Amino acid sequence: MVSVILIIFASIFFVGIVTRTKSIASGRKGPGIMQNMKDIIRLLKKGSVYSKTTSFIFQIAPTVYLASVLMAILMLPHGVHPGVISFSGDFVMFAYLLALGKFLIIVSALDTGSSFEGMGASREALFAMLAEPAFFILMGSFALFTGHTSFSSIFNALDFGSYISYMLGGLATFVLVMIAMIENSRMPFDDPKTHLELTMIHEVMVLDNSGFDLGVITFTTNLKFAMYGAIISNFFIGALPLILSIPLFMLIQFCFAVTVGVIESFIARYRMSHNPEFIFILTSLSLLIFFGVLLILGKFM
Amino acid sequence: MEKFLVELLNLIAIGAILCFPLFKTKGKGILAVSVITIQVIIASVVAISVFNNGLIEFYYRGSWVTGEIPVRIDYLSAWFVLIISFTFATGAWYGIRYMMAYKSQSGNLASHAAAYLLAYTALVDICLVQNGLVFLILWEVMALSSFVLVIFEHYKIRTLKAGINFLIQSHVSILFLTIAIMMVKVNTGTFDFAAISSSTYTQPAAIAVGLFIFFFCGFAIKAGFVPFHTWLPLAHPAAPAHVSGVMSGVIIKIGIYGILRMVLLIKCDMVFIGYFILFISVITGVYGVMLAIVQHNLKRLLAYHSIENIGIIGMGIGLGCLGIGYNNPLLVASGFGGGLLHVLNHSLFKSLLFYVSGNVYQATHNLEIDTLGGLIRKMPHSGYLFLIASLAICGLPPFNGFVSEFFIYNGLFNGLISNNFLFILFILFAILGLVLIGGLALICFTKAFGVVFLGNPRSSKPLAPVNESLIKAAPLYLIALFILIIGVFPVLFGPMLIKTVYLFLPESGTQATLQLNNTLQSLTAIGWYSLGFIGLTALLYFVRKLLTAKRSKASDVTWGCGYTGSAEKTQYTASSFVRTYRKLAEPVLMIKRKKNEAAGLYPDRISQATHPYDKIEYWLIDKPLLFIRSFLKRFTFLQNGHIQAYILYGFVFVGLTILLPVIVEKIIELVNFLNQL
Repeated sequence: MVSVILIIFASIFFVGIVTRTKSIASGRKGPGIMQNMKDIIRLLKKGSVYSKTTSFIFQIAPTVYLASVLMAILMLPHGVHPGVISFSGDFVMFAYLLALGKFLIIVSALDTGSSFEGMGASREALFAMLAEPAFFILMGSFALFTGHTSFSSIFNALDFGSYISYMLGGLATFVLVMIAMIENSRMPFDDPKTHLELTMIHEVMVLDNSGFDLGVITFTTNLKFAMYGAIISNFFIGALPLILSIPLFMLIQFCFAVTVGVIESFIARYRMSHNPEFIFILTSLSLLIFFGVLLILGKFM
Repeated sequence: MEKFLVELLNLIAIGAILCFPLFKTKGKGILAVSVITIQVIIASVVAISVFNNGLIEFYYRGSWVTGEIPVRIDYLSAWFVLIISFTFATGAWYGIRYMMAYKSQSGNLASHAAAYLLAYTALVDICLVQNGLVFLILWEVMALSSFVLVIFEHYKIRTLKAGINFLIQSHVSILFLTIAIMMVKVNTGTFDFAAISSSTYTQPAAIAVGLFIFFFCGFAIKAGFVPFHTWLPLAHPAAPAHVSGVMSGVIIKIGIYGILRMVLLIKCDMVFIGYFILFISVITGVYGVMLAIVQHNLKRLLAYHSIENIGIIGMGIGLGCLGIGYNNPLLVASGFGGGLLHVLNHSLFKSLLFYVSGNVYQATHNLEIDTLGGLIRKMPHSGYLFLIASLAICGLPPFNGFVSEFFIYNGLFNGLISNNFLFILFILFAILGLVLIGGLALICFTKAFGVVFLGNPRSSKPLAPVNESLIKAAPLYLIALFILIIGVFPVLFGPMLIKTVYLFLPESGTQATLQLNNTLQSLTAIGWYSLGFIGLTALLYFVRKLLTAKRSKASDVTWGCGYTGSAEKTQYTASSFVRTYRKLAEPVLMIKRKKNEAAGLYPDRISQATHPYDKIEYWLIDKPLLFIRSFLKRFTFLQNGHIQAYILYGFVFVGLTILLPVIVEKIIELVNFLNQL
């Protein structure tokens, strides 16, 4: 339960910190940290305009999207405190729940019959597919490393005495940060602030969402960021007591947000046609982690 | 009692077929559906009594050709009988509505109905009988009757071609099986399946493995493992919708039944067999879905998905075999459990998808995905059902596909924790495969559902009047209900599944029982969490409804960047949706492209067409066939059309047969004479 509260708390500030970092990096005054949340609250209060082409799919998709991410968050542990839901193989359900939300968002983009939204939908489906193996192999490596197959038991069993587990944690962090960037459609894979629909992924999919639904989708994106931050933090928290682990969690989330901001400020967006190649690198990197684990455990041949 | 029921099941099918001439077209339809329903009830009673009371075994005396005919109904048979029966029942109920469009073709319909009855009866009998020769005969009956089912629209040349392709490949499968069964017969002198176990005990390991490979090839053609899959994407689009549903749902699963039966019977090195099946299955799964995405025809797309799902089932079986080989009950439980459950699950959602595609076909007379669109408003029932089935086939919670895939994942991730390097590598390969299959299936079904049912119609062709009613869709909703029930309460099917999986455990020690119970518990957990997810979604939706009830709601055209004209033509199509993927996968696939680009001052019409083709089919079927044909062409001079020449051939042949022994005798004499010199 601790992790759920912490993640929701972190999600409130996350995108604000990213925006703030970007404005400092580019030397602008920029909006305050809470601006993003204020925008979401404003959206939640508004009425909606629906396209005549859309069906019930368009109405339910944002809700299912939010529910899938919330359900996934329920599975994440915080250090020694297991998530609300924890069972052997829970990270499989975690990934598949996120995929369910994605399925509906993609389909709802196609529901509008728009000439642009299909473009984003197509890219989202492809990039999500390409990023999935990296996550599974990463979790597989840790299952192999620790001999457990659920989030909380894997993180509990990670031995923080050795440097090796920190090294693995560092590599895993890199992979997870990149996965988070893909899943949330941020730079360098997608530019949320671009002006041209042709070059967007996520933003173009929600062109027709308005009011409450748009607010829900935007907040879900924040939640997803904090969710990945929480997984990353688990690589470092270990068995620390709550009084230390909560500040550490917040610090890691903060660093993660700043990193996202810095990446967005200093790296140009990749060419859309080159994105798959970059995403493949993640899979190979996680394979590297996998074989690293095999080496450490002495199971190589 | 069960013996009587099994006899009754066969007799009423034969009786009904004999009675067909007495009825009019409508009467024949009603008779066929009611007979199927009665048969299904009988078969289910038998199967359930097996699950309650254990193995049922009885013998027929048989003739001097077949020897004694044993009928053994164990849990595996019962599991498959139940699955086959359910799908055939829904297929018949759906099919009678579907066939109304063809009610003028009376004779054709009669043979179709008879073939349907025969196919069902043969399939059920295949699961029960354990005599090699009778098995082959039943297999042949099943192959021929499904051939008749496929070529219902035989006046279309493409249907006939697909049907003949299917017929030939079915017989290649029978050839493999015949050889394998002959091997056993020669070794042991009996056709009884029990002899397979006893003969493989005594034979050297290599022969047992060889025997298994022969059986596997035969069954794999029926099941559609790559590279034996090439008949599937041709036969499914050609057949009527309910036949495609039944064929993809259960007829190809009889191949899986065969493989599982042989795993039970053949005693040999299960480690090798496990690796073999696992490897082929991963390739099958990934290759099937990779090709499915680029298809333009909805039913062809679904057919390739059947190949993918056979791959997933095969992964379960391979994992289970490895479990037997390495004596790891957890792997056995999750491998065979996941595989068997996926057989059931796939029969549900795939038949549902085919039935809905039948609805689409009857409304639009068109299955080209690129030209469809916006059907959900005309056919809401079909839309809901297709969505549910799509989510299930992608393996997403809270539907049934997730449960079986989770089972297999569970086995894979637990299998990782091992000390065997080769084994870990294979498991890694399988995990990668399964993850890729999941992601690719998501692309495929967002395309299929999104383009066919959502947006605006992409062609100006008018729709045929659609009258969807709840009664018409009732059998389909029944399937959807099962899809959801298995997703949420998998534990309801747990006891049956566990009894079936028990068959595969090498010894039923306490360790094994513990693992099975653990697996069952995680099943229950998934079910509850899926239910919780549904609850959470419903709650959030309720909150949304409450909050937005009083807000303004306007409706307007879709945002088109300021363009407000008609946007039907500029919508994203299926081909454009998968374009990026196609570019990425092009080296593996084989896509013929025709492009007409704008050139010159007064350019012509520009166009682009892509024709996805199967690389394996090209290299494995088309190329060798071309080679054989060009080789045989050298002998065409023999067939010159002159009757005199043919009579001459006859004389030469007869003369040779008579003279041959004489000539041989003379040669021997000559040789002896030479020796004496």
